[in-house]
Amino acid sequence: MTLVFPKESLSAFPKHLTPEYKSTVKRSPTKPLIIVPHTLSELTGPVYGHDAIQETDNDLTKQGKGEPLGERIIVHGHVLDEDKRPVPDVLVEIWQANACGRYVHLVDQHPAPLDPNFTGAGRTISDKKGYYKFITVKPGAYPWGNHHNAWRPNHIHFSVFGHSFLSRLVTQMYFPGDYLFPFDPIFNSVADEKDRLRMVSSFDLENTVPDWALAFRFDIVLRGREATPLDTDKH
Amino acid sequence: MSEITPSQTVGPFFAYGLTPEGRNKWDPNGTYSWKTTVADNLITPDVTGERIRIEGRIFDGDGVGINDAMLEIWQADAQGRYAHPRDTRALPNATFKGFGRSATSKDGTFSFDTIKPGAVPGPNGKPQAPHIVVCIYSRGMLRQVYTRLYFSDEAGNASDPILTLVPADRRVTLIANKSVKNGQPVYTFDIHMQGDKETVFFEV
Repeated sequence: MTLVFPKESLSAFPKHLTPEYKSTVKRSPTKPLIIVPHTLSELTGPVYGHDAIQETDNDLTKQGKGEPLGERIIVHGHVLDEDKRPVPDVLVEIWQANACGRYVHLVDQHPAPLDPNFTGAGRTISDKKGYYKFITVKPGAYPWGNHHNAWRPNHIHFSVFGHSFLSRLVTQMYFPGDYLFPFDPIFNSVADEKDRLRMVSSFDLENTVPDWALAFRFDIVLRGREATPLDTDKH
Repeated sequence: MSEITPSQTVGPFFAYGLTPEGRNKWDPNGTYSWKTTVADNLITPDVTGERIRIEGRIFDGDGVGINDAMLEIWQADAQGRYAHPRDTRALPNATFKGFGRSATSKDGTFSFDTIKPGAVPGPNGKPQAPHIVVCIYSRGMLRQVYTRLYFSDEAGNASDPILTLVPADRRVTLIANKSVKNGQPVYTFDIHMQGDKETVFFEV
């Protein structure tokens, strides 16, 4: 199987410069990007094994002396490629605010309490079927300085590795039906609604554990699909 | 029609998840207990090749150092082999992963300790000059930005198949300059997101 990484797939990504999200103005390239072919340097990428993590790194509710406050949830899904085949054995890292919408970070000055039993970092390795699972608490919404009365919708940050350095993805997972969606320039930096909705998890009653935790499903689709005979001709 | 998951910014608060042992101490309680998975030192005890340091600063459009960026580098070993199944040649340095991560400090400084990579195969069998693929993430970047680092003391730069795609007057932004500090080779590689010295970024 030879994977290719068509640049057209990147049309689902936000533009670098999205002035509604003010920080992009001074931090995005102003000159056109130089289009380059994919060489072995791009077609390969870091490989992480189960030795990179601890067995319990995927349970964010077990990192303190006691249980964190908030709504306990399960966040799970599959890492897939563009052909919807599983991407096994890849590192998935997450970080998030606590249930009150506060990050364990000096720069976060939101006057909401820190939770001594919650850091908000987790990681795991996808299994042979590309499946991953985290146990955490639902992050709270929080204000930020982008514009008057700006609030981020509830979200969990994801960092995912794939079959190559071109598949590398940093994204945010949102929760279904968030009333802050229409007002968030980061969420709306993805222009197409269908594309945007792929960042929104779905409520998963089937995997909700009775008397214990709600489940949310979030499948992650990375760049990379099988080469067609046409692609192979080109090389 | 693409159905990939869109990218979103890494935001300002990734440190405790991705670079908990970085230079900036962002933990309000002291030091994060979370252990680093991907460090800025790529060197493994038995790896062969020239040990080098890469240092630089990253600047925004106002020329201010970006204090909340993260850089990731991906490179071959000294023999030009990638630790990845797609590179089917023999892998002499089995423990060298070739991947590193550095969070910037308060003035936008990053650094890596690594091995100088060898030349690697390029398109149509033409070799590529030794280089490192660099990926940049920060608040204000809705998707990662790709660039490449080349080495100032490599004659192969002149015929590198990627570098020669870059307008001649901008190639200098991709060249890390060699100096020697305390007997160790140091390559300085500053990144300018905008301005007269704007670094060349690639669409990959």
